[in-house]
Amino acid sequence: MTERVSIVIVSHSADVARGAAAMVRQMAGKEVKVAHCGGNPEGGLGTNVAAIKKCIEQVYGPRGVAILVDMGGAETNSEMAIEMLPREWKTNVVICRAPVVEGAVMAAAEASGGSSLQKVRATAEEYFR
Amino acid sequence: MIATQEAFVAQAPDPLLARLLDAAIEAIGTNADLLGDLDRAIGDGDHGLNMLRGFAAVAGQRDDLAVLPLAAALDAMGKLLVMNVGGASGPLYGSLLIAMGKAAARDGASVATILEEGVAAVKRRGKSDRGEKTMLDVLVPVQLAWAQSCREGLAPRDALERLRRAAKEGLDSTRPLMATKGRASFLRERSIGHLDPGAFSSFLLVDATCRAFLEVEP
Repeated sequence: MTERVSIVIVSHSADVARGAAAMVRQMAGKEVKVAHCGGNPEGGLGTNVAAIKKCIEQVYGPRGVAILVDMGGAETNSEMAIEMLPREWKTNVVICRAPVVEGAVMAAAEASGGSSLQKVRATAEEYFR
Repeated sequence: MIATQEAFVAQAPDPLLARLLDAAIEAIGTNADLLGDLDRAIGDGDHGLNMLRGFAAVAGQRDDLAVLPLAAALDAMGKLLVMNVGGASGPLYGSLLIAMGKAAARDGASVATILEEGVAAVKRRGKSDRGEKTMLDVLVPVQLAWAQSCREGLAPRDALERLRRAAKEGLDSTRPLMATKGRASFLRERSIGHLDPGAFSSFLLVDATCRAFLEVEP
């Protein structure tokens, strides 16, 4: 299988993350790897670094990973998770400044065509400008 | 410089560290409900629970942390907070302590430098600065108060009391501010009139650790 950019979805809500991932899969099929996480360890709303890092590791590939986040802590925790990755991965994982659901679908659609990480990110971000 | 700084650095790897950890753990444990209430007023209400989860993880490692050299202890505690607090405050407090640990690991690093680099890391992580109704409204004045105490050659007790005042004044300064960072910024002017929960947890931690220092300082 040709390598594609992978998508990670991070929401404060596990339901939102799961739902967004389902929408991505419907759009992009199986070619694009998608991982999602949301919620705190008690099952409430929140985000955490360990879960985000695990998602990145699950789908990481040579074309890189685009992360879609909902707000605040999701972004800060994703930045922290990226910093904890192996050195050679760090520049190959980016956070897209785009709405989490629409951005994830746009990014995955772009990724499914084999686009670069930069192009995937630009598509997610520019569509909503 | 700076009798003030040398006194603290010299004390770092001894049981003082255990006292500081206990003070921080207790401060969060006894005030978690209050932090939650403050956060419910202008945020998402999880700051108390998040900090409690993080400091429970610290409490679980307390004995191991307490025997580490200062730099390693700061780094390990920072990583525990990063991995356990959740919310934005995990990476923010984690970055503070990890950067302080990194500074403390350098030969001859003064406490002033350690604080300065820690606070700078919070600014970078939060893309923020003083005046935005955040923990930086406590941390920045505390760091500046320490630097000033060093310049003036203040006695340790007086320097510590100055830090406590700076932390309290910094906390109080967040009440009239309109939040421009974090969840509270969504409320715009309705965030005015409330204390910032992150500033409150920073105040609690600064005040508790200063009091722990004061107990051992003759």
